[in-house]
Amino acid sequence: MTTATFTGQSEEPAPGSQASYLTAEGFTLRSWLLTKDHKRIAILYTISITLFFFVGGAAATLIRFNLVTPPGLFQPDTYNRLFTMHGIVMVWFFLIPSIPTTLGNFLIPLMIGAKDLAFPRLNLLSWYLFVIAGVLGLIAIGAGGVDTGWTFYTPFSTMYSNGYVVLALAAVFVSGFSSILTGLNFIVSIHRLRAPGLTWYRLPVFCWSNYATALILVLATPILAITLALVAVERLLKVGIFDPALGGDPLLFQHLFWFYSHPAVYIMILPGFGVISEIVPCFARKPLFGYKFVVWSSIAIAGIGFFVWAHHMFVAGISLYAGLVFSLLSYIIAVPSAIKVFNWTATLHKGWISFDAPMLYALGFIGLFTIGGLTGLFVANLAFDVHATDTYFVVAHFHYIMVGGMVSAYFGGLHYWWPKITGRLYPEWWARIAAILIFFGFNLTFFPQFILGYLGMQRRYASYPPEFQIWNVLSSAGASILAVGYALPLFYLGWSLWRGQKAGPNPWAATGLEWRTPSPPPPHNFDVTPTVTRPPYQYRPDPEPQDV
Amino acid sequence: MEGKVPFLPATASAHAGEMNWLFAGLVATSVFILLLVFGLMIVFCVRYRKGSGADRGDRMTKTWRVEVAWTAATFVLFMGLYAWGANLYIDLHRPPADATDIYVVGKQWMWKVEHPGGQKEIDALHVPVGRPVRLVLSSEDVIHDFAIPAFRIRQDAVPGRYETLWFTPTAVGDYHLFCAEFCGTDHARMGGTITVMEPGDFQRWLDQQGAMETLAQEGAALFRQYGCSGCHGAASTVHAPPLDGLFGRPVPLASGETVVADDRYIRDSILMPKAQVAAGYPPIMPSFAGQIGEDDLLKIVAYIKSLGTKERPAR
Repeated sequence: MTTATFTGQSEEPAPGSQASYLTAEGFTLRSWLLTKDHKRIAILYTISITLFFFVGGAAATLIRFNLVTPPGLFQPDTYNRLFTMHGIVMVWFFLIPSIPTTLGNFLIPLMIGAKDLAFPRLNLLSWYLFVIAGVLGLIAIGAGGVDTGWTFYTPFSTMYSNGYVVLALAAVFVSGFSSILTGLNFIVSIHRLRAPGLTWYRLPVFCWSNYATALILVLATPILAITLALVAVERLLKVGIFDPALGGDPLLFQHLFWFYSHPAVYIMILPGFGVISEIVPCFARKPLFGYKFVVWSSIAIAGIGFFVWAHHMFVAGISLYAGLVFSLLSYIIAVPSAIKVFNWTATLHKGWISFDAPMLYALGFIGLFTIGGLTGLFVANLAFDVHATDTYFVVAHFHYIMVGGMVSAYFGGLHYWWPKITGRLYPEWWARIAAILIFFGFNLTFFPQFILGYLGMQRRYASYPPEFQIWNVLSSAGASILAVGYALPLFYLGWSLWRGQKAGPNPWAATGLEWRTPSPPPPHNFDVTPTVTRPPYQYRPDPEPQDV
Repeated sequence: MEGKVPFLPATASAHAGEMNWLFAGLVATSVFILLLVFGLMIVFCVRYRKGSGADRGDRMTKTWRVEVAWTAATFVLFMGLYAWGANLYIDLHRPPADATDIYVVGKQWMWKVEHPGGQKEIDALHVPVGRPVRLVLSSEDVIHDFAIPAFRIRQDAVPGRYETLWFTPTAVGDYHLFCAEFCGTDHARMGGTITVMEPGDFQRWLDQQGAMETLAQEGAALFRQYGCSGCHGAASTVHAPPLDGLFGRPVPLASGETVVADDRYIRDSILMPKAQVAAGYPPIMPSFAGQIGEDDLLKIVAYIKSLGTKERPAR
């Protein structure tokens, strides 16, 4: 393989010489619903999670409406259902599947030079499971909702909640199997289907990150399934597992739940690290700084992530010594995250940086993730967490990671690979405006919540003392800007599907196998199985002739 | 409250004073790292933007020295923050011996408070300034959390067990009390006021609550009513452990372990007598689980605590 193939100048097939994955199987609904093509399944997932993103977003909008005035607009029971719905939908039906099932599904086979994932039928099955789970979730919401919070704490969820708890549990339970199958598919594909010459250390960081994510999906999700099943058993059959009145232990639930749900936080952010590690070198025209450190920090996070769960329980009644150990481990896991930020920053050093929309999202990600990570040092701190846990400080912290981080990475990745997925370019200026709106809207929404939390505003409050109003009003004002920022791409990306300029195989002059096939790719990705001879991100310093 | 934008919570306990320093330390560390990262990002983005003529020669290719350096620096910094917070957290688990015990029961959606002298409050807690107070928390239904931002402390009230929380108020005034663990419909309204008073005012407040039996006296009546005295009483012929002077002492167990007889041990022994049997006694005590409510339970515990320590119940 010559270096020329990495620049996008060669191997471009004549337009129309070959049907793309979008046209090859025909245009019928049946051809989509029965497809085994990972790229089509990725599109199915993208449509599904976009729907859920706006369902969860609608709940968030109503939450921010409610909190504009101290007494609140809604009845407490309504508000409790809103934040529960927001949490369940956003965590299990948007964030967890977000990057892996859409960009991961689409790109991993392309990046490793494979025709498809290892198990295409399983891939389609995992989408159907996701849809079944989603429908169950929507039925639970339609029937009247759930008021447990996304955390389903016992004995409230098992013995006291007046919502449709079992239906919601069933939804999350089924979605877990979808996660497990996706994870399994990624692990096997990355092990078995890499193109000749694509050694582990030539693998793009996006693949490494999704590999680390897949490990967590496969290892942690079964714990969630078991835990939720036990909640259902106690609620339906009154078998004492978690309720002390029946002889159970409520802390057992928290241990089991966070044993899944803390690793799940890394499910929600590791794929974002992968996206950023692709975008930053491309737009800085430089190899990724410290590739091996970035790779191994992902694996380290996936591993250590299993041993920090009880930092959610510093005031829940765990022992002093448990607190000391879990806080120590939480500080340790912050180190690999910091390493990543330093490496992305160092990648910019002596580059030829341009500021296209994906890069704006990536820079926004680094900024917001850094703030989210640093405030993680606050809540990992034992004494500080005693004051801040279950306040808006924690709410702000994890939104900086999950929304400021993961959603920015998802949008960045969506823009970066949009030309590959659709074969079209989106209007650049609209995309930049959206990226900037999201960055500022996000900060205005969530930064005031740090102050609120430190002042003592507790989370999951339908009403609050009047002195907290000013910060809540600011936060709600920011949310309206954020909502515009999130809605904009729906319009200009939609518009680009029909009117966008044809992209060509490699509009960013990027390295990586996915750019060496037409946009949109043919059904089996590559005409000839590619061979890899070099490490990833061999961006050349001289950018000018590449920017066609 | 009008016209003033709040930035920081009130500081009304000794621990809150320590916490202000910790908070300042955390903020300073974060601002330092933020300025470093954002500063470098901005400088690089401007200097090395496409089209700028800045020198790009002599790029770093071997990276591991840099990596090891910033990994080590980050690690050391983080360990410092860890130790600082851990140290304060250990203090929160070491209540002073002379702390006054006040019992708190959470239930959907109110806090019930019982002072050792028998004074009762709902959604309110009066405490004297400058004196350590230890709260013994329990819950009748779901998990609640007793949070006092002005003291920078909170603790979950978990059904089926006792948790404790202690503080020394340092500033007279009224402060928010919140429930911080989601507990259902009126979670947001399950709060109240912590009133810190001058010791003299506090004593007057206690006296104004009217003449009443102390918690321990009420517990003594219950001790007879539930039949505890039949076996544990002085005149009993049943071979049951004597309870005089039990509280705070190590108890050898039949399993060979030793536990300190604290609130939690006494409570567990009433509700789950088979779990931790005192060495040398047959496990014949029946369980009282489901028969004694949290209110009565804490009175009985207060009574057992008062046995053999004559000074304590007088407070």
